[in-house]
Amino acid sequence: MKRHLTKRNLFILLIAIATGYFYSKDGSITTSVVSTATSFALPLALAAMVGIMCERTGIVNIGIEGTLLTSAFVAFFVSSMTHNILIGLTASVAIGSLLGLLLAVMSVSWKMDQIIAGTIINILATGLTSFLYVQGRTIPATFPEYDIPKLMDIPFFGQVLFMHGPLFYFGLFVILSLYVALFKTTWGLRSRAVGEHPSSADTAGVSVLRLRYINVTIAGAIGGLTGSFLSLELVGSFERGFTAGKGFTALALMIFGRWNPLGALAAAMFFGMTQAYANQLMIDQVVQIPTQFITILPYILTIIVLAISAGKVRAPAAEGQPYEKENA
Amino acid sequence: MSALLEITGLTKQFPGVLANDNISLTVKAGEVVALLGENGAGKSTLVKAVFGLIKPDKGEIKISGNTMHYGDTAGVIAAGVGMVHQHFQLVPVMSVTENIVLGDEPRKAFFINRKAARAQVIALSERYGLQVDPDAIIEDLPVGMQQRVEILKALRKDVKLLILDEPTAVLTPQEIDELLIVIRTLAKSGVGIVLITHKLHEVMAVADRVLVLRGGKAIGFTSPAQSDEAGLAQMMVGRSVVLRVDKTPAKPGKPALEVVGLQVLDDRKLLSVKGVDLVVHHGEILGVAGVEGNGQRELVEAICGMRHRIAGQVHVDGAETKDLHPHAIHAGGISHIPEDREKHGLVSSYSIADNLVLNQFDVEPFAKGWVRNISHVNTNADDVVAKFDIRTPSAQNLASSLSGGNKQKVVVARELSEDLKVLVAAQPTRGVDVGSIEFIHNQLIAARDRGTAVLLVSAELDEILSLSDRVAVMSGGKIVAIVDSKDADRNYIGRLMAGLKE
Amino acid sequence: MTQSKKKSFDVGTWVIPLIAVIIAMVIAGIMMKFQGADPFRAYKTLFMTSFGSVKGFSATLGKATPLVLAGLAVTIGLRAGLFNIGAQGQLVSGALGTAWAGYTLTGLPAYIHLPIAILFGIFFGGLVGLIAGALKAYRGVHEVITTIMLNSIIMGLSDYLVVYHFREPGQLLTRTREVLPSARLPFVFSLPFGFFIAIALAAVAWWIMANTTSGFRFETVGRNKFAAWYAGISVKRTLMTAMMISGGIAGLGGAVETLGVTYRFEPAFNAGLGFDGITIALLGRAHPLGIIPGAILIGGMRAGASNMQFVAGVATELVDLLMALILFFVTAPLVTRFFKNSGSKSVTGGWGA
Repeated sequence: MKRHLTKRNLFILLIAIATGYFYSKDGSITTSVVSTATSFALPLALAAMVGIMCERTGIVNIGIEGTLLTSAFVAFFVSSMTHNILIGLTASVAIGSLLGLLLAVMSVSWKMDQIIAGTIINILATGLTSFLYVQGRTIPATFPEYDIPKLMDIPFFGQVLFMHGPLFYFGLFVILSLYVALFKTTWGLRSRAVGEHPSSADTAGVSVLRLRYINVTIAGAIGGLTGSFLSLELVGSFERGFTAGKGFTALALMIFGRWNPLGALAAAMFFGMTQAYANQLMIDQVVQIPTQFITILPYILTIIVLAISAGKVRAPAAEGQPYEKENA
Repeated sequence: MSALLEITGLTKQFPGVLANDNISLTVKAGEVVALLGENGAGKSTLVKAVFGLIKPDKGEIKISGNTMHYGDTAGVIAAGVGMVHQHFQLVPVMSVTENIVLGDEPRKAFFINRKAARAQVIALSERYGLQVDPDAIIEDLPVGMQQRVEILKALRKDVKLLILDEPTAVLTPQEIDELLIVIRTLAKSGVGIVLITHKLHEVMAVADRVLVLRGGKAIGFTSPAQSDEAGLAQMMVGRSVVLRVDKTPAKPGKPALEVVGLQVLDDRKLLSVKGVDLVVHHGEILGVAGVEGNGQRELVEAICGMRHRIAGQVHVDGAETKDLHPHAIHAGGISHIPEDREKHGLVSSYSIADNLVLNQFDVEPFAKGWVRNISHVNTNADDVVAKFDIRTPSAQNLASSLSGGNKQKVVVARELSEDLKVLVAAQPTRGVDVGSIEFIHNQLIAARDRGTAVLLVSAELDEILSLSDRVAVMSGGKIVAIVDSKDADRNYIGRLMAGLKE
Repeated sequence: MTQSKKKSFDVGTWVIPLIAVIIAMVIAGIMMKFQGADPFRAYKTLFMTSFGSVKGFSATLGKATPLVLAGLAVTIGLRAGLFNIGAQGQLVSGALGTAWAGYTLTGLPAYIHLPIAILFGIFFGGLVGLIAGALKAYRGVHEVITTIMLNSIIMGLSDYLVVYHFREPGQLLTRTREVLPSARLPFVFSLPFGFFIAIALAAVAWWIMANTTSGFRFETVGRNKFAAWYAGISVKRTLMTAMMISGGIAGLGGAVETLGVTYRFEPAFNAGLGFDGITIALLGRAHPLGIIPGAILIGGMRAGASNMQFVAGVATELVDLLMALILFFVTAPLVTRFFKNSGSKSVTGGWGA
């Protein structure tokens, strides 16, 4: 079909070919690079799911960054204080949902400007985490890597996909289920209707406000999960400004992926690969690049990606508008 | 058998307006009742009360003999009341099937049962004889077809009483005829129908009984057999109205506006104006008739510099105007009453005074160089408010405080305040009360008599026929015919609008 | 003119921010209590340090100077319908540009060197703003994402430039040389001169917004882009100009901070100033003059924070928390609605014809 020949899919093809080429030259390094890329990509993709869930029902969530930061902080510090990373995980999902709920209150009930509402969440997150931050804390352990038997023995894909921690698998599961839920279930149909044309949904007996509340809160929980993944599985620590703009990059990936969970996942993978390759080039001393350029690479990519795709892709039509009941 | 709908003594007071004053109405199965009235007569308040969306101060609403209460919209729907909205309640990017089943989807566990949904839609469309393609995407369908989907959506819920809110506003005369047949068929099958409208000939054609509302009051019941269009109009407006506008024959002068080979894309980047040639002379009104969405909006926007012309030129008094330069085009002599006054015509959070100079704020006498002359802006506003009878306590009030008719007067006043060579008026009386319509019509004719060339675009065929000196019919992005208004025949124009060859 | 006049006489304009500040302080106080600190002691130290003496007040105004400018930058954006959350990056670029001009251009008299150094700051801040403005106007990329990304990019780039090219010779710290005396801003009556520049600029901005055709263009684009386009205003150009001016003002903030306070560029110096600008702009209801009290308040908190940490043992990050809470409560409609002149708004909105 013609609609599959998008720029995004060409990107994916290009990356697949490049990876295949590198793999044929040096299998083990390529595998480890791609595996690193996958670890980079997953939190970005998960964070993009937060955006997709909100925007598909018509709420712009610019507060993803703050949600990630707060939940990563809570995950780390609660784990540290209770010496139990499961409690940390639970707490961070709870705080994520709470922030989602807060966004819902501000944007759905109070009908605030959603960009400002999200910014408030971001600034609150920065204020809270930097005030409450204490240096020198540690957690008992990160979530351990669990290699899935048999699957891990598949060459290349085994290491890339099946040698990760439990939150990685769960995150991947969340992304795939969101895709199915959004396009195959009644919840998905209703959510999308609410995001595209809320009064149609309303007149068909779908409660716009309730669905928006539910979805934005669940999205917050996914944000909490993402924060946990970062501080309890991927990195194992927390510092001020820990999330470094991932929440904003996620928004770009959401747009690049056309508000489709799989599209965003692919876009995140493209991001992860770029970074992993750049790192590898530096480690191999193939090129001499100051570290600063590696650091700013994802930000520049985000802007480029948006400049390419924004305006050309079609956002959910009711995005950003509070819903007012009008006629019968 | 009890009546399907029985409203007794319904009264609703809004701050400053008595929206419904002791209104009673019964509708029986198989009957078509028309609710006739102007904008603001209280029709929509009545319907909202039926759906439990507003709380009446007094009165009772019974559906099939059961009293309904405020807030129980679901109960009203369950009792078999369906509604076809004026603004279609359809999700443009979804399919016909998805739209029809939305909210009550056939399912397998959490998943939508697409096969069953599709089968339901096909069965439904066969049962009522309304053909639709279940897999088509709504936004790809013509408006008449979209309305069919909207009707099917309402019928799916075993509707006993169907309320249609201004259903013909966007249809061609032929589509209107089809719709009226559908209404009759539904009534014959036992559905009670309430038709809300302000168009007299529809009432005459289809209604069994008519309830006329004016200013919140029930003026009375009548029927097509007992009354005629003029009688209905008098009941609706409260005085005898001139259905024809008084005007002297035009004295056309030199060509003022010349459009040559114009081609324009719409928002979806599809060619929607496919090579239009037009000439409007000084001192004449050229009306463009057509079903909405046939390129009129794009034509107007391209002429006025708000939309890119991919081919062709627009001349004013022989001088070519620059593409995409609303400012220069305005300065060159075209003024423009935009179709969407809320979006383009006004800044609602600005005062009336600022809105009256919206496109002249940077020229003398409203500005001297870089600095605005605010006292001039204000004296100008006081003059215009008085001259155009804009109902407001002060010109310093925000534009958002005005009623629709008065907002439109602000826009019209601004565009007519300078005597320009060409006036492009798009849907100049949409959503405006009768008093303001008359006023605006007279202003357009006065402008013509002063020698302005007027290009009038309207979806109301009556408006076109009564104001224009010549009528151009637009269909499928082209001007398919231009006729002298003396020779214009409703039916003939209707066929052209529908895209049929003679 | 008419709108802004009405706004400044609205009771809510003054009362709401005040209440927001009080509620925020109470909540932050409770959190301090939980941390085992004494909130009264902390607040007392905080405000006595910054407002209790001439010297302290001078320091407060010094801290407030870049904040007025950052707040003004965000305000100008908001007026044109743009949410510039990248004042931070623009301010940093301005600071670096100014510092470079301040120490490399030698042999110039102060009356030439100082303005040139300031212009460098405005130029680089404006340039960064322009990038975001152009991306918005021509590619439809939302300015919130671009400006936040540009913040990080500028952070990395300036770090790179200072580490590899502009580092003070023989210095281990990542910082530039000091600007020459000829480019430093003087003190007037022991108050920093930059503060007067900032206040004057705010006043000029207010006058321009209220009385000129350019101001009207900005406002119209900010309130209704479509009507602006219809009225013959070039929306793209206005958006770009607004972002450029907004960035230029933020850049000036960096310049003034560099030439009046820090005398050199060090990446850590300007942390958070641009973000404070967001809070200040919203606290001042996006009114060019309304931002001044908020800037002084927050400047005072910043000025007194380290003494508060020393005396009461509360982390300086308390100020970040306070600002976040203030921002939340000032925008929260629960507070806002309470003071809105009720009654004038009809319940039914646009009912009727």
